[in-house]
Amino acid sequence: MTTELYQAMAQSIIDGDADAARSLAQQAIDMGLDPLDAINHGYVIGVNHVGDEFSCGNAFLPELVMAGEAMKAAVNTLEPEMAKRGTQRQVHGKVVLATIQGDIHEIGKTLVGTMLSASGFKVYDLGVDVPVARILEKVREVDADIVGVSALLTTTMLRQKDVIEALDDVGLRPKVKVMVGGAPVTRDWVREIGADGYSEDAIGAVQVAMKLVGA
Amino acid sequence: MARKIKSITNPALRLELLSRADVEKIHAATLEIIEKVGVRFPSKRALDIWEAHGAQVDRSTFLVKAPPQLIEQALKSAPPAYTLAARNPAQDLPLDGNHVFVGTDGCGVEVLDMHSGVRRRSCLQDVADVAHIGDYLEEVGFHWVAVSAQDYPAHTRGLHELNAIWNNSTKHAQTESIYNAAEARGAVEMAAAIAGGRQALRQRPLLSIMQCTASPLGQDGGSVEAALAAAEAGLPVGFMTMAACLTTGPATMAGTLVVGNAEVISATALIQLAYPGAPVFYAAAQTASDLRSGAYTGGGPEDFLFGAATNALSDYYNIPLSMGSFATGAKEPNWQAGVENSLSTFMACVSMSDMLLGVGFLHGSRIWSYAQMLMDCEIFSIVHKMMQGIPVNEETLALEAIYAVGPGGNFLSQKHTLQHMRDVFLPQFMDRRPYNEWEQKQDDARHWALDKARQIHATHQPEPLDPQLASELSRIIASLEKA
Repeated sequence: MTTELYQAMAQSIIDGDADAARSLAQQAIDMGLDPLDAINHGYVIGVNHVGDEFSCGNAFLPELVMAGEAMKAAVNTLEPEMAKRGTQRQVHGKVVLATIQGDIHEIGKTLVGTMLSASGFKVYDLGVDVPVARILEKVREVDADIVGVSALLTTTMLRQKDVIEALDDVGLRPKVKVMVGGAPVTRDWVREIGADGYSEDAIGAVQVAMKLVGA
Repeated sequence: MARKIKSITNPALRLELLSRADVEKIHAATLEIIEKVGVRFPSKRALDIWEAHGAQVDRSTFLVKAPPQLIEQALKSAPPAYTLAARNPAQDLPLDGNHVFVGTDGCGVEVLDMHSGVRRRSCLQDVADVAHIGDYLEEVGFHWVAVSAQDYPAHTRGLHELNAIWNNSTKHAQTESIYNAAEARGAVEMAAAIAGGRQALRQRPLLSIMQCTASPLGQDGGSVEAALAAAEAGLPVGFMTMAACLTTGPATMAGTLVVGNAEVISATALIQLAYPGAPVFYAAAQTASDLRSGAYTGGGPEDFLFGAATNALSDYYNIPLSMGSFATGAKEPNWQAGVENSLSTFMACVSMSDMLLGVGFLHGSRIWSYAQMLMDCEIFSIVHKMMQGIPVNEETLALEAIYAVGPGGNFLSQKHTLQHMRDVFLPQFMDRRPYNEWEQKQDDARHWALDKARQIHATHQPEPLDPQLASELSRIIASLEKA
């Protein structure tokens, strides 16, 4: 019975069906299953399958994103139960994401968020036009491992440097890795501002984040 | 003396990619989206204008929902044709539906150095150098800010860039790198100084301004306010959508056209509501995102089809079009760059886009290459020749020459040949040499194009600005820097 449920959970991720993923999660709770078992024996199998299919060229980005959304729906449903039991999902790390102040171009940043959370990171996405102080505040609040800052304009990109300097000023820089992204970001810029990593696309960003947290 | 400008005119080739019924379907779908879903305008000024004209405005989400008749009525006041003025009037560009002009592309962040070939961050001198070479090239009709002057402060960078263009070229400047009203007003002041006052500028707009929308279904507040400031001064204003299939638009091309169209015509309507009759243009650089990475591709069959489809939309609204062509995703001038830039440019030309943007970039408009710039110009020249088609008349049928040569002879020594041989296209950068010559030298178009760019840079002398005017422009920038 539970084997079938696990299979259905994996399938809901493969199908990118968030509604199914959510109702199966509720079913697991109602049956008294350990949410961590549901995640590890059910949903994660689906995530891994989609990831493998993507790696060998059979699946495409929209399928990854939909699998990520379904995974998020499942985890969100299971979280209150985990809290009740005093357990926690093992994550690779906590990531605060933001598109910097003055910039509203967020599609790349949002995609990075979806990919990271599908890959086992806890993601706090602050949205667009986010001041440096707000990023700092969130990093402190959630004790983040990584901060990801995006910018599309060469004029707003300069503020990625401000984030790093602000982290430095408050003594957080040694424990928080900084990733930057956006069309104008180049390797030279990353080096100049002393960021820890960057990627030109969302898939690459996951690999960079994994490396930064040693996962 | 000002160099002449090559443009495509009186086209012999035509393509009807979308029928009138198709365009009307896209238009109707667009109006429905603007009314029911809405477009985001994060600008108090824009929201005030929309509200004053009866659109439904949500101040907390910046969402504007406008009824179809408001949009349609507003668009009617847009002028169908006007002229982009140049410092030298002989280089004015009539946007009348019967000309295709090419600009330099923008706005990149890196440059393959003209001398060392090394890739490095762009700076103000690069803006000046590109304008200098563009001033010489007959294929270049006008300038965008090719690369970002990253060695200048962000809040006046756009003005330094324009200054560099005006100091190096007499051709029209169109900026796509000013994103707020204060900087736009500074640009207007500079342009007015060159034109000889505000009224003169209104009559001869030496500057036009292009803003990007924020797909899907959004605008950048600063960009909208910059556009309003420019329109107030009578400068032509355009909004460019880059909605791309899969990410910022639906997977289907028609759906992505609807999303992009909603962004462009809503912003265009706003300009008309604020300043009825202001010159405006439609702008687009749509493409499909990469299926694997989601990245902007800058090429591919969808890109080429969008090039022709968008002109059907701008024709329907009866306003000029600025179309993204060239701008390959290739990392260096290579096979991919040749394929992408040729096909995108052909499709945008065959539908008579008024402005093509533009020559010179690699890696999806990020890395400037002088070699690519010159090779892109050659692509335009090839398309230019193709667009002339095949004239058929007594003279071109050449019966007299055929009689004279008869079976087995050749036409090289015919007077008719002498009269018409210069109609035959002569490439600058195609390798038509004997094989052994290539084998010895192992060079190709990329080397020749770069050499040509260097040579133009070393020898061409652009007509300088009057020294007093030049210092006036610097003074305007300095006063804004102090403010």
